[in-house]
Amino acid sequence: MTSELIVFLVLSLVAVSSALGMISGRNAVYSALFLVLNFVTVAVFYLLLGAPFIAMSQITVYAGAIMVLFLFVIMLLGAESLAPANLLPWQRPLAILLAVILAVESIYLVFVRARSDAFVAAPDAAVNSMDNLREMAMILFNQFLLPFEVTSVLLLVAMVGAIVLTKQVKGEKR
Amino acid sequence: MVPVDYYIILSAILFTLGALGVLIRRNPLIIFMSIELMLNAGNLAFVAFGRSYEITKGELFFNGQIFVFFVIAVAAAEVAVGLALIVEIFKTRKNINIDEMNSLKG
Repeated sequence: MTSELIVFLVLSLVAVSSALGMISGRNAVYSALFLVLNFVTVAVFYLLLGAPFIAMSQITVYAGAIMVLFLFVIMLLGAESLAPANLLPWQRPLAILLAVILAVESIYLVFVRARSDAFVAAPDAAVNSMDNLREMAMILFNQFLLPFEVTSVLLLVAMVGAIVLTKQVKGEKR
Repeated sequence: MVPVDYYIILSAILFTLGALGVLIRRNPLIIFMSIELMLNAGNLAFVAFGRSYEITKGELFFNGQIFVFFVIAVAAAEVAVGLALIVEIFKTRKNINIDEMNSLKG
């Protein structure tokens, strides 16, 4: 067992248990904090996979900006914990059964039907160097220039949409 | 050296937990967080496959990482609009229980 495998196993334990804590937490603030832990763990996975730029984007955009927005809305609405409603009592066992089936099915497919010999090794100094980042930027701004610009338009549309949705119309009675 | 299969299994488990969260929770904010978890699981699989291809071919390969970059940007846009919708629903109904959101017109 190499040290890399040990790091992987410990991190995946943290990732899975924080995801479990997220979906089972009673309080929405705790769920959001568990999700921050999960995102940071996935960022460390990206570092292990030789993607330092994506790891830093993950921490700043996901664990930083998006989760702060979530926490802000949770506290603004006072939606920390809602009263449990059991309109469909059979829904929860059925959902857990279906999720177990989905997990077993995908593990079966990966391990039995589509088993590959490919390995991922920890990145060396060359992978994390500045030249590598420059190479990625060259591809992003040449080969993927159109998707990049479309993404910027999408972000603009989302910003305008969010402002229009929450705007108070003058004189409107609520 | 970690087999790429392990990363794919981890990604599948995280995706399943996200789907389970969408199915069993009644708080729309937690359902939203579960969707983020599923997007994240997909991103992990993309980066793992990209790295595996890079090692197998022995050359630089960034398409997986660039796709993840776009997914992160789209997720940010999605969260901005979705949270604005939730705030607006709360303002008109004073309640955000998902079981009571059964009509489009507020």
